[in-house]
Amino acid sequence: MIEKIDGFAYILGDDINTDDIVPSHTLTMRDVDEMAKCTLEFIDPTFAKNSAQGNIIIAGDNFGTGSSREEAVYVFKVLGIKAIIAKSFARIYFRNLINLGIPGIIVSWNESIFSKGDNLEISLNEGVITNKTKGVKIEFEKLPNFLTKILEEGGILNQLKKTLKG
Amino acid sequence: MGYTIAEKILINHSNLKSISPGQFIDCNIDLIMVHEQLGGRIHKEYEKLEIDYVWDPNKIFFILDHWVPAPTISAAQMHQDCRKFAEKYKFIHNFGYQLDKGICHQVLPEMGFSRPGMLIVGSDSHTTTYGAFNCLATGIGATDVSVVFATGKLWFRVPESFQIIMSGKFNKGVMSKDFILTLIGNISTKGAIYKSLEFHGQGAKNLSIDGRMTISNMVVEAGAKFGIFQPDNKLETWLVNRTKEPYKLVTPDNDANYENTLEYNLSEITPVVAKPSNPGNIAGIEEVEGIEIDQAFLGSCTNGRMEDLRIAAKILKGNNIDPNTRLIIIPASKEIYMEALREGLMEIFLSAGAVVGNCTCGPCIGGHLGVLGSEEVCISSTNRNFKGRMGDPTSEVYLASPAVVAASALKGRIADPREVL
Repeated sequence: MIEKIDGFAYILGDDINTDDIVPSHTLTMRDVDEMAKCTLEFIDPTFAKNSAQGNIIIAGDNFGTGSSREEAVYVFKVLGIKAIIAKSFARIYFRNLINLGIPGIIVSWNESIFSKGDNLEISLNEGVITNKTKGVKIEFEKLPNFLTKILEEGGILNQLKKTLKG
Repeated sequence: MGYTIAEKILINHSNLKSISPGQFIDCNIDLIMVHEQLGGRIHKEYEKLEIDYVWDPNKIFFILDHWVPAPTISAAQMHQDCRKFAEKYKFIHNFGYQLDKGICHQVLPEMGFSRPGMLIVGSDSHTTTYGAFNCLATGIGATDVSVVFATGKLWFRVPESFQIIMSGKFNKGVMSKDFILTLIGNISTKGAIYKSLEFHGQGAKNLSIDGRMTISNMVVEAGAKFGIFQPDNKLETWLVNRTKEPYKLVTPDNDANYENTLEYNLSEITPVVAKPSNPGNIAGIEEVEGIEIDQAFLGSCTNGRMEDLRIAAKILKGNNIDPNTRLIIIPASKEIYMEALREGLMEIFLSAGAVVGNCTCGPCIGGHLGVLGSEEVCISSTNRNFKGRMGDPTSEVYLASPAVVAASALKGRIADPREVL
């Protein structure tokens, strides 16, 4: 069982791509904390600094489109992002999210449901997001069991390590 | 109930007797391609597994191409990390030292590693390129690469398939790039998320292998997982000189189920561009003609092949590029570079005023050999025009065919190649 996720909404639009999340010039950086400081720098240069106040990302369609660069998920992990809610995800990005243990949740939403700074509680087990600020509940389709298990293990490599040792 | 090409290849790589779209299945991987990502996140993640082997060192293809030769100290260190890993795990197909080879998605097929019926994954989203060779190929991230390195297996969601029926031939000055950009514009950058695109019909057969690779390469810009062509004589002729390994051609069943069918007559396709900053932001050439450019780039895994260089040479021959414009040309591989040299294309390019670079991804990712400054405009034969993709975040990239790129370099502004051919 995964505990409920509690955090604050940060709103992004459609087609946020992997170059938006981690620009190419950061990809040869060996220090991930330095790389994480550049997260979304062309869209919101203050994002990394203020990530604690916006640690659940709410995005539009096709989130994470573009490159296979897993850094575009990893920097969010480094910055303490707890979940990403989007209208739809790019295929590779969705895999990368689950593999690194960050829940990706598909929800159709509008501004009456989520706004910046809203306090949200996500129950992956029940498939429900509670917007505590607005007093609304939103249901979503739960992930298949085998993906939930990867999240419970904190990522696919933790799971694989156990299997290889077992 | 029949199967699509994607379904047939997935079944052949699973231990299942039947599958259907939406189902999650485990598959055995035939080949995995890795590049600089090996020295990025992959080597660090893999070490966490605390194992001293990879599942099959003969099924890993490793090459450096993004920042080649290393333009910065950090890139050089990344290359060192890659080579150490490849040596530690005794990769057989280790091209970490051969910086002359070229871009992964060109070199791997040239060496006969992408063959009909195979299931290939790679640490790069444009791994879909190999679909031109009637195999299933798609991009994955660093952690998935680690899973494959350790086990040789990966989970897949069986995709729904789209059938794209093509007829006719392109008119003069129109290329596969115009077709794939038109398709992405029509279905949007989210229009094929998780889908397998299958290209059918006489129009597909009329395309060169180079042209098919351009189309399979960019299906990912519409969100697709695979972009696969049917086998034909052209493919078999291409393979004869590339591989001695056996392979099995894969065709769809007559009663295969397609979620969507789209039809295109290639003679109706006209030159288009993708305006900044999204590959789905498509406009006809007439709408953007005359926009001044600072740089034109011809190259990348999308359009750095002989067909691309030949049409550019035809346009540039005997001419000089606009004096206020830079033209950068990068052949996708050494094989192409040398063929272009023998055909005399390099002399045409150099005489016209182009800078010809070594085989690398280079400017496509704003890496090196042509990074854009603030508010500069580039017309580029590459695949992505995201904000800041090729340099400064205020620079702008228009994606176009090699013919449009060459015509624009001549004029110093976006130009219609049909007027100069």
